[in-house]
Amino acid sequence: MIINHPLLGPRDASEFTYLGDAALIERPDWQSETAQDEFHDYVYLRDNPAGTHRELWFHEQGDRSWLVVTRNTMTHEILATELARDVARKMGRGK
Amino acid sequence: MRYSALAILRQVLNGHRGWGPAWRDPEPQSDYDFIVIGGGGHGLATAYYLAKEHNAARVAVLEKGWIGGGNVGRNTTIIRANYLLDGNQPFYELSLKLWENLEQDLNYNAMVSQRGILNLCHTDSQRDAYRRRGNAMMFTDSGAELLDTDGVRAMYPFLNFDDARFPILGGLLHRRGGTARHDGVAWGYARAADQRGVDIIQNCEVTGFRIENGKVLGVETTRGYIGAKKVGVAVAGSSGRVMAHAGLRLPIESHVLQAFVSEGLKPVLDGVITYGAGHFYISQSDKGGLVFGGDIDGYNTYAQRGNLPVVEDVVEGGMSLMPMIGRTRLLRMWGGVMDMSMDGSPFIDHTGVDGLYFNGGWCYGGFKATPASGFCFAHLMATDRPHEVATAYRLDRFRTGRMIDERGAGAQPNLH
Repeated sequence: MIINHPLLGPRDASEFTYLGDAALIERPDWQSETAQDEFHDYVYLRDNPAGTHRELWFHEQGDRSWLVVTRNTMTHEILATELARDVARKMGRGK
Repeated sequence: MRYSALAILRQVLNGHRGWGPAWRDPEPQSDYDFIVIGGGGHGLATAYYLAKEHNAARVAVLEKGWIGGGNVGRNTTIIRANYLLDGNQPFYELSLKLWENLEQDLNYNAMVSQRGILNLCHTDSQRDAYRRRGNAMMFTDSGAELLDTDGVRAMYPFLNFDDARFPILGGLLHRRGGTARHDGVAWGYARAADQRGVDIIQNCEVTGFRIENGKVLGVETTRGYIGAKKVGVAVAGSSGRVMAHAGLRLPIESHVLQAFVSEGLKPVLDGVITYGAGHFYISQSDKGGLVFGGDIDGYNTYAQRGNLPVVEDVVEGGMSLMPMIGRTRLLRMWGGVMDMSMDGSPFIDHTGVDGLYFNGGWCYGGFKATPASGFCFAHLMATDRPHEVATAYRLDRFRTGRMIDERGAGAQPNLH
């Protein structure tokens, strides 16, 4: 697989390590009344879709940035790549 | 028909005209006592043990494609009971005991061969870890021997013993482990289940569950609605897709594991070897092909194929362990979709829905578990109580903190 890095252009997927579903960006509020249940779901449960999947890749052998890659899990086709930083900011997270 | 030497002789005299199909191809009935979704090794074994151990009369196995066409036809056929943790080892020992008597029980040649598994160690700390694992295996009388370098050399003189970075310091030998003929396992269970009255319904994809007031009433399929008192799901690889019909999110990611077979060779390897310095394991099939594999690719996928970096990694592992295989040509490589769970261990449990049971999360170790998985899942479905060796395989274990994390890698499925 070739991941089209938003800053560096096309890079081989073997330069990256894989974390998982991009929903992991949305860490629950630890002060919430239901934080225990929310953290259980956050840490352990996954949608695991067959089809379009947004996921976090870390460019470990490159510029060490986190990417959100939108990829089809049936075909391995990569549909979009974004910097995770930008995605998080759009969600109102991070600085 | 019972298979025996006498049956063969009779068919020889009869010109081999009397061999019937090994199982029927029935139309689905309107309802059953038990429906097992998934006609792979685990599903067929579940149906067989429901009929055999629990005298269940009205059992159906529903299979989307053809039986044995999923992971039971795609694995590297290794059977073993060499786990460390309490939640696992007694279960796999039960499985190994069932393997040892499988062919007599099913009246089918599954080519179970206890040729021994040798896990090699390359550092002092790894040897200590194997000593500990071996002791844990001896608690269940599974058999474990710690070999030193000379012991390994006597078995496999062709290994790369004096590698500067990863010399072979010894190994943990599990003599009762070995291999079996994967397709034969599916076919043997199918035939034996069919003979006990189980309906095996192929080309029948489950498209939904009918659930009312928290109780399952039956399943919607591509061949119409089928009612059932109890429904068990054993579709590892597709667990998320099927259980989503019941509104369940699972502690599972789907990943691909690749496997490889070389061209046929004269006998060179009479057991199973695992390389401790990389992830590589190898055996030789009875046809002569070297069967080997390594790590999963490491990203979510439902495609039954992987990518080249892992191929390179696996063959590098093979070359550094057994340089003699360097001139061997690869014949085939393929991928299978694994249910990778959050602690690397499986599930055999109730779901929140009354009458709906779940079996999955086998990671890349489902084949060896086939008999015990079916045995324990049938026990759970028939009695509503977990079998005593499968009590730890609960879906809620992450909530209660009772993980079974052999690898110690945490909630990161691609590291297990």
